[in-house]
Amino acid sequence: MELSLATRAVGEHTVLEVGGEVDVYTAPRLRERLLELIDGGDRHVVVDLGRVDFLDSTGLGVLVGALKRLRAAGGSFALVCGKEPLLKIFRITALDQVFPLYPTVDAAIGADPTGSGA
Amino acid sequence: MATVRLSFSPAPVHVRTARLVGVAVARRAGVREDLLDEVRLAIGEACTRAVALHRQYNVPDPVLVEMSDSGAYAVRVVDRAPIEASIGLAALDADQLANESLNEDDLTTGVGFALLAGFVEDLQVRPVEEGVGTEVRMVWPVGR
Repeated sequence: MELSLATRAVGEHTVLEVGGEVDVYTAPRLRERLLELIDGGDRHVVVDLGRVDFLDSTGLGVLVGALKRLRAAGGSFALVCGKEPLLKIFRITALDQVFPLYPTVDAAIGADPTGSGA
Repeated sequence: MATVRLSFSPAPVHVRTARLVGVAVARRAGVREDLLDEVRLAIGEACTRAVALHRQYNVPDPVLVEMSDSGAYAVRVVDRAPIEASIGLAALDADQLANESLNEDDLTTGVGFALLAGFVEDLQVRPVEEGVGTEVRMVWPVGR
């Protein structure tokens, strides 16, 4: 399945819903979209991986890049991921210690002290 | 011994094809269903690594993927990049991953190796026997 990207605003947060396969071919589109959001002034970004059915190292690299950019800009970045196969990827790579990971979008927004909440 | 060989020009768009073929052959070979996600991810990582090396060193040769099911399901992914560039299985810890000075390419390489090492119990990365390049060899048990 191809990559799908959709954004919506929840209070001060921008939620980017990602679906399909994030790999070496599609990850550049995810990077472009995240850069558009950050360069456009969005500072509190939640990436919802709920409909992702494949995620590789290239996609993970893009997500880490966005996390670092937002932190450098004084913003926040969180991931929503409830699927065990994806969570295992984060654990194996130690990226579960780098990303704030939440089971739902509400939990991610509610846990962010910098934003206004939902 | 049944063998399927796939060779593709080193472009990211073909990595998905390699993953799909690799999983189809794994299923046919009798690899357990609950391992197929790991097979898909590992073949994808090995091919992504090979494509990245070919592009980095401007190597136009195809990447080779060879799948065989003689006793177990064995997959070889062979690149033709300069050997000194491609060996190195350093997984990064959380502090290194979060370090601002680590660029995205290096991070992706480290994460890719962590995934390969984490998902493939029987993994070898070694120089090819003839010419330049590296092969990533991965083996999974079959259930029959």
